[in-house]
Amino acid sequence: MLEKHLRTKLVDKDLLLMTHLVLGYPDFETCRKTVGEMVAAGVDLIELQIPFSEPMADGPVILRANQDALAAGARVEACLDVAAELAAGFDVPFLIMTYFNIVYRYGVERMADRLQAAGIAGAIVPDLPPEEADGYPEILRQRGLAPIYLFSPTSTDARMARIAEIGEGFVYCVARKGVTGAATTFSDDLAAYLARCRRATRLPLAVGFGVRERADVEFLRGKADIAVVGSETLRVLDTHGVSGVGAFLRGLIAA
Amino acid sequence: MDSQGYFGRFGGRFIPEVLVATFEELDRAFDELKRDPAFWQEYVDLMSTYSCRPTPITYAENLTRHLGGARIYIKREDLNHTGAHKANNVMGQGLLVRRMGKSRVIAETGAGQHGVATATMAAKFGLECTIYMGEVDVERQRPNVFWMERLGATVVPVDTGTRILKDAINEAFRDWVANMDTTHYVFGTACGPHPFPALVSYFQSIIGVEAREQMLKSTGRLPDRVYACVGGGSNAMGIFQGFMQDDVELVGVEAGGHGVETGEHAVRLAASDASLGVAQGYKTFFLQDEDGQMRETHSVAAGLDYVGVSPILSSFKESGRVRFESATDAEVVEALALTVRKEGVIPALESAHAFAGAFREASQMSNDEIILINQSGRGDKDIFTIADAFDDPKWRDFIRRKAAQYDA
Ligand SMILES: Cc1ncc(COP(=O)(O)O)c(C=O)c1O
Repeated sequence: MLEKHLRTKLVDKDLLLMTHLVLGYPDFETCRKTVGEMVAAGVDLIELQIPFSEPMADGPVILRANQDALAAGARVEACLDVAAELAAGFDVPFLIMTYFNIVYRYGVERMADRLQAAGIAGAIVPDLPPEEADGYPEILRQRGLAPIYLFSPTSTDARMARIAEIGEGFVYCVARKGVTGAATTFSDDLAAYLARCRRATRLPLAVGFGVRERADVEFLRGKADIAVVGSETLRVLDTHGVSGVGAFLRGLIAA
Repeated sequence: MDSQGYFGRFGGRFIPEVLVATFEELDRAFDELKRDPAFWQEYVDLMSTYSCRPTPITYAENLTRHLGGARIYIKREDLNHTGAHKANNVMGQGLLVRRMGKSRVIAETGAGQHGVATATMAAKFGLECTIYMGEVDVERQRPNVFWMERLGATVVPVDTGTRILKDAINEAFRDWVANMDTTHYVFGTACGPHPFPALVSYFQSIIGVEAREQMLKSTGRLPDRVYACVGGGSNAMGIFQGFMQDDVELVGVEAGGHGVETGEHAVRLAASDASLGVAQGYKTFFLQDEDGQMRETHSVAAGLDYVGVSPILSSFKESGRVRFESATDAEVVEALALTVRKEGVIPALESAHAFAGAFREASQMSNDEIILINQSGRGDKDIFTIADAFDDPKWRDFIRRKAAQYDA
């Protein structure tokens, strides 16, 4: 379902934009307003991260946001309520991103039911590799949710092919080694890697980790289907507030 | 894509995609090393020339008399170079790093013991070294930081999360995902993603192999019970492995902190506060809240102050092969004082948990029974922490005078 939606969008646009925010950071009200700015700026899909105390794959910016959200009292149930509210209120697909312990403690089936009821389109769980799936992708798929998997520059072709088989919606291509938030070199190497990703799957490709400015987005045009702006949006939120986020995103995608 | 590295329902490998290739490389290197008949001897030779292996067992005659029950023996891991069992794991992984041809090592450290051991290994093997250490631990273990830096390591204080061991582990992983081509992560305990629990236990098994033989030689039989403290579980796994197939009761002692009922402790297996979860790359019992957020832990011993525990020990808890107990900070300080006075050996605060657990039971046992305690490390190098734990007024005066000299 998500893939079909993206395909339809890709008829008119050659590159979609996905943004990210941490639920409860700095508070739920700011999250609501930020999403409003994102949608108004023309963002195509939004990743909502449920904070976790041990976000192993995240760099300093998102890590702090996770901690601050938890310190401000963001509980999982409240995050899911707000996610449901946002999904009902805005006409873009929302994805849940979180670490596996949050899903595991909630119960994989119970979480999938909850996401389905909330009108969420899919989920990204970066510390749940295919080897540990244990029924997870099927449980999501049965409820019309897309289990989104990741490729990395260290994934072999054979491995990419197998990941592509269990993933749905799109594949999230991590642009480089390392955690979120650090700089990425948008180079021939990256282009070659993305060509390898393209050969491995028919699913749309999203590229994230280090996408910060207009030139990065332009680089991805023609090589990928979705540009993901994560840490940089948070940085802008921290320095320029909610309205700064809208201006920043418009600057990224203005024709 | 089958899951691997499970012990019962515990363990596994929950890692980001970018690390998969690195772990597969590590799997292969570890397999090769286990299959190489010359490797174990190479390891034993290194440990007998660079560290103090085999470490002796000591008959604690005075403690035995004082407690009036079972005969007490102590396995002396404190006599290792750098003062703890951590050296076994670190030197073993050092040999592995050489085989893999990597030029840099990183490690997390809680008490600082594993950090010092890793920095020592890096100095000896000519490797670049970065140690991640929670800010709280940097504060309470300054002397270890001093030595790590003298040994050429870069010590990075970690100011995120609860600023202790688990946060240092997260930070080490963040380094590794960016630098895996040149870098090996020397994991310090029998936790983390597969194959670390098995890999660390493999090197630490040298403790149990020696201890079994030594007990047979000096007492003519096996001990009735073996005690070890449990942080991540590596020294416990090390000594327990020597007695797995025997009719020997194995007892793991966790950090009771201010008491299990206060919530300020690090008891994952001996009480029901912990629950099954997945964090730091593996599945085990974690001290966490209903949502799955990790809780703060407390122990007087930094090396036991950890939210998770070895998946192998979790499986032994479930099978009943190992019994788990806890000892409070107060009991531990008392056991430490008694051991120092009666035997002239100085256990680390971590190790003193095993002593406290054993003392509680020894007096109930008969004098033809034998117990063996693993003294995982020495306490004299933790003089600042131990002096505070003893609340020693003369030490405090000394520190005040010393500080005044710096200001003069
Ligand atoms: C002396 C000593 N004993 C025990 C431990 C706890 O670790 P483990 O449970 O892995 O043996 C530590 C950890 O730093 C230590 O320094």
